[in-house]
Amino acid sequence: MKTIVKYVMLDLLKNKIILAYTVVLLIISFGVFNMDENATKGVLSLMNLSLIFIPLVSIIFSTIYVYNSSEFLELLVAQPIKRKMLWLSIFTGLTLSLSVAFLVGIGIPVLLYEPSLTGLMLICTGLFLSVIFTAIALFASVRTRDKAKGIGLSVLIWFFFTLIYDSLVLLVLFQFSEYPLEKPMIVMSMLNPVDLSRILMLLKLDISALMGYTGAVFHEFFGSFAGSILSFVMLTIWAIVPLWFSVRMFERKDL
Amino acid sequence: MIIASNVTKSFGKLKALDNVSVTCNKGQTIALIGPNGSGKTTLIKTILGMVVPDSGFITFDQHNILHDWKYRERIGYMPQIGRYPENMTIAHVIGMMKDIRKDAVSLDDDLIHAFGLKAMENKKMRTLSGGTVQKVSASLAFLFSPDVLILDEPTAGLDPVAAEILKTKISKEKERGRLILITSHILSELDDLVSEIIYMQDGKLQFHKSMEQLQEDTGHVRLAQAIAHIMKSQ
Repeated sequence: MKTIVKYVMLDLLKNKIILAYTVVLLIISFGVFNMDENATKGVLSLMNLSLIFIPLVSIIFSTIYVYNSSEFLELLVAQPIKRKMLWLSIFTGLTLSLSVAFLVGIGIPVLLYEPSLTGLMLICTGLFLSVIFTAIALFASVRTRDKAKGIGLSVLIWFFFTLIYDSLVLLVLFQFSEYPLEKPMIVMSMLNPVDLSRILMLLKLDISALMGYTGAVFHEFFGSFAGSILSFVMLTIWAIVPLWFSVRMFERKDL
Repeated sequence: MIIASNVTKSFGKLKALDNVSVTCNKGQTIALIGPNGSGKTTLIKTILGMVVPDSGFITFDQHNILHDWKYRERIGYMPQIGRYPENMTIAHVIGMMKDIRKDAVSLDDDLIHAFGLKAMENKKMRTLSGGTVQKVSASLAFLFSPDVLILDEPTAGLDPVAAEILKTKISKEKERGRLILITSHILSELDDLVSEIIYMQDGKLQFHKSMEQLQEDTGHVRLAQAIAHIMKSQ
C-alpha cells in the first residue's frame, strides 16, 4: 500500500492544480485577515468561503483525477495488488494532498492571526470537508464509466449539498411553520456535512443568539459535549460510508 | 494449473463469455483463436481478475481467484493495447513495476536490452509510438520470469525485427516449461510455437484440442489452413 501511495503522491505533487489551490487559499486568507482589524470576523469570512470552495475543489479535482488515472488503475489491477488496497491508496493520496493544501492555505494563516478555539474548529471542519468530498467523488467516479457523466454527477452532488438541500430545508420550515421544528432541524442538519460544519462553526462564533429559538436549541445540543462528539462522529460517518460503498463497487468493477 | 469452470459474463445484452470451461496445464503453449469479438480478451481478463464473471469460477493451482490476488505474482500479462500513465517515462514505469513486485525471485531484462529500451528510457509514455508501447508491455510481461505468460496479440504493431525477437523469447520460455496463453490473428506465426488450440466463437468455446489432434481431424498441417477449414465447414 505504501508503495502505491508513494506513486500517487509523486503524481499529485507534479500536478500544478494542487499547488495553485494552495496559493489561492493562501492569498485569500491573508487578504481577509489584513482587510479586517477583527480577526474573528476574518474567520467568519473564511468559513463562508471554505464551506463552498473546499467541497467544490475536493469533489471536482478528485473525480477528474480518478478518471485521468484510469490507465494507472488498469495497469495495476493486473499486478499482484489487492484491489481494495489500490483504491484506498488513491483515496489516501488524494486526501493527503488536499488536506496539506488546506492546512498550508488556510490552516497556517488562521493559526497566525486567530489561534483560538474558533480557528481550530475552522481547520478541523475544513479537513473533514476535504476528506468527505473526496470520498463522495470516489463514489461518483466508480459508478459511472463516462467521464462527462461522472463529473456532472459530482457537480450535482456539490450543488445539492451547498444549495439545494438548504432550500429544501427552508421549504419544510415554511410549510410546517405551525409546528415545533427545532428537533427535526437538528436531524436535518446532521444529514448534510456542509450544514453540520457551518453550525459547528457558527456556535463557536457565539452568534447563535441571532438565530432565535432554534439557535438556542442548537446551542444547547451542539454546544454540549455529547452533541459535539455526535457531530464529529456524524462527519466521520459521512467520510466512511461513501468510501466503503466505492471500495465495494471498485472490487467488482470490470476494467 | 488454470481451470475455468462454466464462466459466463455479459456486458449488457452481449454475452461475451457463455459457459466457458477450459483447463490449462503447466508446460503447455495454448493459442486462443477466434473471430473479432469472440470473447478471447474477456476470457484473458477474467483469468487476470480484471473482469469479474457473472457466474462460474476460475482456479489457479486449485485456489479460487475470486478475492485472491497473490496468484498474480506468477503471471506476466501483455495487454493488446497497453495503456500507461502518460506522464511517466519508460524508466519510471519499469521502476514502479519492480517496486510493486519486490518479491520476484529473479529479474529477466533480456527484452529490455533486446528492444533497446535503455537508450530511450527517459521518454514519456505519451510520446511513444504504438510499437514502442508494445515493446514496453512485452518487456514488463517477461520481466519477473513468471510461471504463466498471457500474451494478447503480442506481435500486433511490432516491426518484423522486434516481432522476431519476441517470438524467439517466447519459444525460449516455452522450453523452460512455462504455461503460455497467446492470442493472435497471424496464425502462421503460431505454427511452430503452440501445442494446444482453443477456438472460440460468439463467447462460446468451440473446441480445445492439441495441435496433433487438429491436424489429424482437418487433414491440414498448417494451422492457418486447419482453422480456415473449420471456419468454412461451420
